[in-house]
Amino acid sequence: MDEGNSGVVAASQTSFIMRAAMPRSYMAYVGGNLLNLLRTFHGIIAFTLITLGVILNHLGDAPAVTKPQIIRELWRSGLRLFPMFLFMSGSLGLVVIGQVVSRLSSINATGFLGTIMVMVVVRELGPLFTALLVLSRAGTANVIELGTARALGEVEALEALGIDPVHYLVLPRVIGMALGVFALTVYFIIGALLSGYVWAFIQNVPLRPSDYFQQLAQSLTWLDFAVLALKSCLFGVTIAMITCYHGLAQPIRIGQVSRATIGAIAQCIIACVLLDVLFIFLYLAV
Amino acid sequence: MDTPQPSLNPDAGSPAPVIEMRGVSAGTLRDPQAVGIQDVNWTVRPGEFWVIAGMHDSGKSDFLTLTAGLMPPREGAYQLFGHDMAGDGTIPLSLRLRLGLVFEGGRLLHDLTVVENVALPLLYHHHLDANAVQQRAEGLLALTGLSEWADASPGDLPLKVLKRGGLARALMLKPEILLLDNPLGGLDPREIAWWLDFLGALWAGHPFFDGHRLTMVVTTNDLRVWRRRCSHYALLKDKRFVVLGDESQMTGNTDLLVKEFLAEASAPA
Repeated sequence: MDEGNSGVVAASQTSFIMRAAMPRSYMAYVGGNLLNLLRTFHGIIAFTLITLGVILNHLGDAPAVTKPQIIRELWRSGLRLFPMFLFMSGSLGLVVIGQVVSRLSSINATGFLGTIMVMVVVRELGPLFTALLVLSRAGTANVIELGTARALGEVEALEALGIDPVHYLVLPRVIGMALGVFALTVYFIIGALLSGYVWAFIQNVPLRPSDYFQQLAQSLTWLDFAVLALKSCLFGVTIAMITCYHGLAQPIRIGQVSRATIGAIAQCIIACVLLDVLFIFLYLAV
Repeated sequence: MDTPQPSLNPDAGSPAPVIEMRGVSAGTLRDPQAVGIQDVNWTVRPGEFWVIAGMHDSGKSDFLTLTAGLMPPREGAYQLFGHDMAGDGTIPLSLRLRLGLVFEGGRLLHDLTVVENVALPLLYHHHLDANAVQQRAEGLLALTGLSEWADASPGDLPLKVLKRGGLARALMLKPEILLLDNPLGGLDPREIAWWLDFLGALWAGHPFFDGHRLTMVVTTNDLRVWRRRCSHYALLKDKRFVVLGDESQMTGNTDLLVKEFLAEASAPA
């Protein structure tokens, strides 16, 4: 190579570098993604309204088929995950809650224990952690199952039999996930609070069980129970709707199922966190 | 309440058509905006047995999907059992249940066993005792030679069982019209013989249908095996639907593609 020209960049390379660095490309990238996001949001809202219509108008139809489907979804999104939740709630109690208890006792502030527990475990970590765990186990399965069914033409097969795919495939998942997330959240919170005390007990924190539970009871209000039920059910419905939408609502090929799953999981996490923020505002307002 | 519309092509001497298309065009299932088929003029009367031939990717499956009411016509007039299918493409449930569709690979639901797949339509649409449904499903499985696979999952089954399962499921509600998408595709000669005999028995009036003759529409990419086993022939060519007529009319047809299907001419180079 001629050394005199070593610092000169070829015209074709220059245009490539300039194209890559042009802010216009960033705008196109961001704008394109934003448009896709808006389209997806629009699709999910429309799909949710359709599902809501089916739930309101056809909830009691074909009970011989839908009841076993709902029970199966309750098993998949609830009972089957129970052992994992037992382990996770115990771990959370030991790792996080136990540390709070020992720290409060070292500064003689164990009187705030109940309030902190309720704020951290009951209001925030319990529902959100449960939703994310259910998403990882049952939500991913939803997209893969429905996406595969769609790609293999099973949805058209249902339509040919006069069976509404939303009624047969989506409705049981929405009900099962809403109830499953709610039930698991309750068990998760109980497990975390109990294991937290066990950790404090091991650390010789001077706190009797009766005092601990009394503080918890005093810190809990009717709003906590109402919001806990509403929030956990909404998390379940949100996960079910987004995962079902990505698996079912648009034509899909087998090769696109993994991509749809990744997209659905990311959107579910964002949606659950945004919902959580909304509930924080609700608490602050009340 | 849906009221039957007057026929698009009234003919006092014949029974009312069950399927009637005039100038119908439609897209494809994958892309409703694409041109899948156009200018279809077709009349099917009760008890007729139509075989529609077409090469691969000629739109046979999409045509059956259109006929079954799973895809609305984009242009033209389509009447199913005398009811207009134009507009938003929705089909009343009562009409859909009078028509059975057998997909090429059976398309059984993978989360159900074979017997559950077959029982599903009856269980879903009729408030019947579960035992009665089970009995009827097992009866149909015996009729189609699937008893030994009743509790198997579709994912573990060979194509011939999936196809027969799809047939049994479509027959569960005792439809008046049976649409079959390439039922013989990928099957061995023994299995082909079973299908030809069974469909022939359904057309002649099977005891399962109390002796009533079933109206049938079959798509195929091999016309030869169906010769003298049906009443009418048609062809899908260049996205158009060509009615060939009965056996003698088809045999006398000089179209090169028809000759190819009948293996009387070699394919153009």
